[in-house]
Amino acid sequence: MRHLSNIIRLGGKELRSLWSDKVLLVLVIWVFTGGIYVAATATATDIRNAPIGIVDEDHSPLSERIASAFYPPYFLPPVSIQLADADRLLDIGQFTFVLHIPARFERNVLAGKQPVAQLNVDATRMTQAFIGTNYVRNIFTGEIDTFVESRRAETSTPIELKLRYRFNPNLESHWFGSVMEIINNINLLAIILAGAAIIREREHGTLEHLLVMPLTPFEIMSAKVLANGLVIIAAAWFSIEVMIQGVLGVPVEGSVSLFLLGATLYLFSATAIGIFLGTLARSMPQLGLLMILVILPLQMLSGGITPRESMPSLVQDIMLAAPTTHFVSLAQGILYRGAGLDVVWPQFLAIIGIGVVFFLFALARFRRSITLTSL
Amino acid sequence: MEAVSSLAVQLDHVGHRYADASAVDDVSLDIPAGRMMGIIGPDGVGKSTLLSLVAGARMIQSGRVSVFGGDMSDVRFRDGVAPRIAYMPQGLGKNLYASLSVRENVDFFGRLFGQGNSERRRRIAELLDSTGLAPFAGRAAGKLSGGMKQKLGLCCALIHDPDLLILDEPTTGVDPLSRRQFWELIARLRERRPEMTVVVATAYMEEAQRFDWLAAMDAGRLLATGTPAELLAQTGATDLDNAFIQLLPEEKRSKHHKLIVPTRHGGADVPAIEAEGLTCRFGRFTAVDQVSFRIERGEIFGFLGSNGCGKTTTMKMLTGLLPASEGEARLFGHVVDPQDMATRRRVGYMSQAFSLYGELTVRQNLELHARLFHLPAERIQQRLADLVLTFDLASYLDEPSANLPLGIRQRLSLAVAVVHQPEMLILDEPTSGVDPIARDGFWELLIKLSREQGVTIFISTHFMNEGERCDRIALMHAGKVLASDTPRQLQQARRATSLEEAFIDVLQEAAGEEMVPPTASALPPAKAIRRRGQLQLRRLGGIAWRESLELLRDPVRLVFALLGSALLMLIMGYGLTLDVEDLRFAVLDYDHSPQSRDYVQSLSGSRYFLEEPPLRDAEDMEQRMRSGEIALALEIPPGFGRDLKRGHVPEVGVWADGSMPFRGETAGGYVQGMHYQYLLGLSRRSPNPAVPTGAADLEVRYRYNQAYQSLYAMVPAVIPLLLVFIPAILTALAVVREKELGSIINLYVTPVTRLEFLVGKQLPYIGVSMVSFLVLTTLSIWLFRVPVKGDFWVLALGAFLYVSATTALGLLVSTFTRTQIAALATAAIGTLLPTVQFSGLIDPVASLEGVGRWIGQCFPTSYFLVVSRGVFTKDLGLDALAGQLAVLALFAPILVIVSAALLHKQER
Repeated sequence: MRHLSNIIRLGGKELRSLWSDKVLLVLVIWVFTGGIYVAATATATDIRNAPIGIVDEDHSPLSERIASAFYPPYFLPPVSIQLADADRLLDIGQFTFVLHIPARFERNVLAGKQPVAQLNVDATRMTQAFIGTNYVRNIFTGEIDTFVESRRAETSTPIELKLRYRFNPNLESHWFGSVMEIINNINLLAIILAGAAIIREREHGTLEHLLVMPLTPFEIMSAKVLANGLVIIAAAWFSIEVMIQGVLGVPVEGSVSLFLLGATLYLFSATAIGIFLGTLARSMPQLGLLMILVILPLQMLSGGITPRESMPSLVQDIMLAAPTTHFVSLAQGILYRGAGLDVVWPQFLAIIGIGVVFFLFALARFRRSITLTSL
Repeated sequence: MEAVSSLAVQLDHVGHRYADASAVDDVSLDIPAGRMMGIIGPDGVGKSTLLSLVAGARMIQSGRVSVFGGDMSDVRFRDGVAPRIAYMPQGLGKNLYASLSVRENVDFFGRLFGQGNSERRRRIAELLDSTGLAPFAGRAAGKLSGGMKQKLGLCCALIHDPDLLILDEPTTGVDPLSRRQFWELIARLRERRPEMTVVVATAYMEEAQRFDWLAAMDAGRLLATGTPAELLAQTGATDLDNAFIQLLPEEKRSKHHKLIVPTRHGGADVPAIEAEGLTCRFGRFTAVDQVSFRIERGEIFGFLGSNGCGKTTTMKMLTGLLPASEGEARLFGHVVDPQDMATRRRVGYMSQAFSLYGELTVRQNLELHARLFHLPAERIQQRLADLVLTFDLASYLDEPSANLPLGIRQRLSLAVAVVHQPEMLILDEPTSGVDPIARDGFWELLIKLSREQGVTIFISTHFMNEGERCDRIALMHAGKVLASDTPRQLQQARRATSLEEAFIDVLQEAAGEEMVPPTASALPPAKAIRRRGQLQLRRLGGIAWRESLELLRDPVRLVFALLGSALLMLIMGYGLTLDVEDLRFAVLDYDHSPQSRDYVQSLSGSRYFLEEPPLRDAEDMEQRMRSGEIALALEIPPGFGRDLKRGHVPEVGVWADGSMPFRGETAGGYVQGMHYQYLLGLSRRSPNPAVPTGAADLEVRYRYNQAYQSLYAMVPAVIPLLLVFIPAILTALAVVREKELGSIINLYVTPVTRLEFLVGKQLPYIGVSMVSFLVLTTLSIWLFRVPVKGDFWVLALGAFLYVSATTALGLLVSTFTRTQIAALATAAIGTLLPTVQFSGLIDPVASLEGVGRWIGQCFPTSYFLVVSRGVFTKDLGLDALAGQLAVLALFAPILVIVSAALLHKQER
């Protein structure tokens, strides 16, 4: 009871401090509104506007037909180039694909001689290169098939393959990007706000002040977790309701409140990590460098950018210790696939468990850390 | 002498405002050359603002400031006159660099004034000799005592033989002996160079006694000017302290009356505070050394000593904030224990800095603390009302406490410290920076608490007259208590006329190394070298030299800068793979024929797929896809085998998890590929090939990365990523750190140009980043086995241009951020988003749309990424990459010039 009232008082103070820091406030608002919009609309994790060049040595109706089949949004309008330039243009990265249609291509197709066209792919552009190759192949064969069919009797394949995508039928990349951006923001802000608050209070001497009062470090830390968590949750909720579902028109399959519950638990973990880092760093710049070393891997390796199962198993195992991994997994489950608590409860437990561990670490270091202050 | 008769400084109706507060209000003053002029008045009356205006460190808002006959608002004149002025700002060693040694600090200032090597060496030797600092030439400035720091500050100010020396509170917080030595030094200097004008601001009235001429200031206005004797005569006072009070306007003066300390009648039961052999060490440094004392209940016990002598550390040990390395402290007979909540409720603590929440109002601060001390809810309002009355806070109740004048803030701090009616108060320098009247008012409150309520008060101060008011005092120096007794007895024992003299005597007795008497060597003749060019390499080099030294001596920053990127490279190189592998799939087979199993086999045999236990029904499929357990589900219809044999076309359904579009797309592509392969196999096995194979074939050649491994693609992409973050952030911090610590003042008042300053700061970080680049390249070659196929030197050239650009990006960030945290956040987010999202790391810039594309095209990473990939994987040379390199080369100069234009050469 006494603990609780102290935590609430301190939490109120924390909120007032945040409110008076307009720069931080603007930052929070921006990342959850405009930041989401920019990130969601500009990036494409599926193929979009892939640059393609075509070396057409055939100049036949068929080759022209193939060339005209590449159009936005998947491909940029194809550029006709000379064979001699192809290598150079690939080298400087002007094109991801260069399709080479040899001379007498159409005549050979019609003669049933199975001519070979060549597709050069810049394989340093992994995502686009791979997915794009499939597109090019499909478009290429599709166009030739229709061309041939118009002159030949109909044939059919022995097995029809019906491919459908669940949860995002048209594979819209902003459905994915916008939600992952919210997760990244929650992660970033939770850690930065809490860590910076610790250092700031230490540098201003207010932390000392609290520690000579009848308050425990537990209460001081809980208040920070509570206040920062509240602000971020509110911003995330607004972002999902207004930005994601409203402005960006992304349908959310599952329960937003279940996601917010998960986010609340995650915030506990992330702010605990933030406070822990705050107790490790001596000064604000040190904290900043530490943050980079922590936040970047958390965001890049948690499965929010690339699928986890493709990472080396050692990395996968290590990342199980990060609450972000579980949060990303539960967020994807709830928001995209409409999973319920019956499905995501293990992630909930993992997040709480990891959070408690960091919280205890931070608690143990808290009092000792005030002596670290140095400019 | 001719110079003496002319005017050094002329102020004509000068005014200055900060936000909504007026700091200097219509001040007109003429300062004759060759004199020693004092501006007296407590803190916060506008002395510092006035001096910084004269020094050219601050932008003039209204009125006219002329120095040596020229207008200081004229940039050209200011640049020209800068070498004739020296300015030592307020705060111990504020414009010095803590990690640099004494010699290096002076050397740096010499470089700023464009002095050559041999000239600097000669001047440094002379200055250090004459100030007695020569034996400590190698000691870091941060480890000097306050008095020595001020002497060092003086050396730095004198390196270029200024004609006008501006000293802002040079002796505040310095022990009395060092103070005396400091003034003796100034006196000797003036003998050598009588033409030099010295302007000093001070809050110590007794010091002002020896100045030629004084100007008394209060609330931004001049109260009076004249020689000390004239001021005394004018007010009829015996000392300047009283003279100053007499000069104050009536309404302020009326609050003041002579402070009388009633004698204490106290019994000696359990002492309130006992310390026995308290010692505190930080590493090898002993901050507090075997301190013992005993404070009785109701006593006012004072700790007297200079800044950094261990007063604060001792107090922290008493409050349990710091563990004692040795010895023991007892409060009310209980050993100090940080977990002991009961004792904490009996103690009130006021720390040195104003450590209340500035953003909360007076009322909110009081209320918060009352509630945190769990005063009963019904009593809180009453208690608050009492405090507001006693501490006279009624008119400020709803003001944010950060906006209050210092004196009021201090009263608020005390009110907060006693909100729970503690039996003991521990006050760490509660009155520093407060005007004499407010200080007396504060002491009145303390005396009331002690004498009327029996509160024990343990107070530290560096004001001697406050020491005289204590029941007993301890004189502290360099971590040791030198003497402890009642002020009267201390004075008598030393046969001193004042407590200050007694203290000096004690100090001299205890003196060790710091007492080396200054040699009488002559100071350098007034032959100032006044060069100023548009861009001077010596000054630029000086700044780069200093920044490098600071960086090298901050192992944490250095290690982060070098190894941080290596660590991140390991994490990302191993973890951030774009290969989609091990996709989990499950089959819902309604057919269970050999044909259906054969079909499934084609999928499960691939390295891309992992088969999970089969699906039972549609609901099972739904459930397992929702949980994310499988990414792909295959549904084989009943009669699949039969239909296939009969030539009826069966339809296989595939559901791919599209929640991660990239993975879904890839999975779909794999399935289609497998399906196609299966059909081909089928047609080959079939006796009469009814299955048409394609009319044409498409041969795919994966260029640059035949094995098609994402490591080959990622490693060259990760290097540009890492070379933007850490360099941008480090550079931004390097500049903003100076703003926060105050040493940016050296940019304002020395001939350094903005361009020299920025480029000088940038150079070391370009160097560090290049080392980091080598580390990263080595890692990719030897650890990741991703060789550099092309010309390494082209890559290195690109990296150099690139880190020049990314560090310049940090400079740009530093121009519009004021705190290190803001600089950090801006630099991190400002580089994180564009690098990861818009620079072609995942998708080429050409594929981006809208704002993202535009950002990508304006961001240096986009260009270096092409260079890095080109050299690493494509074996490209200078000719192929010349275009990218040329664009890359444009970034740094443009960014640096824009930053220089945005950086202020004066404070506002």
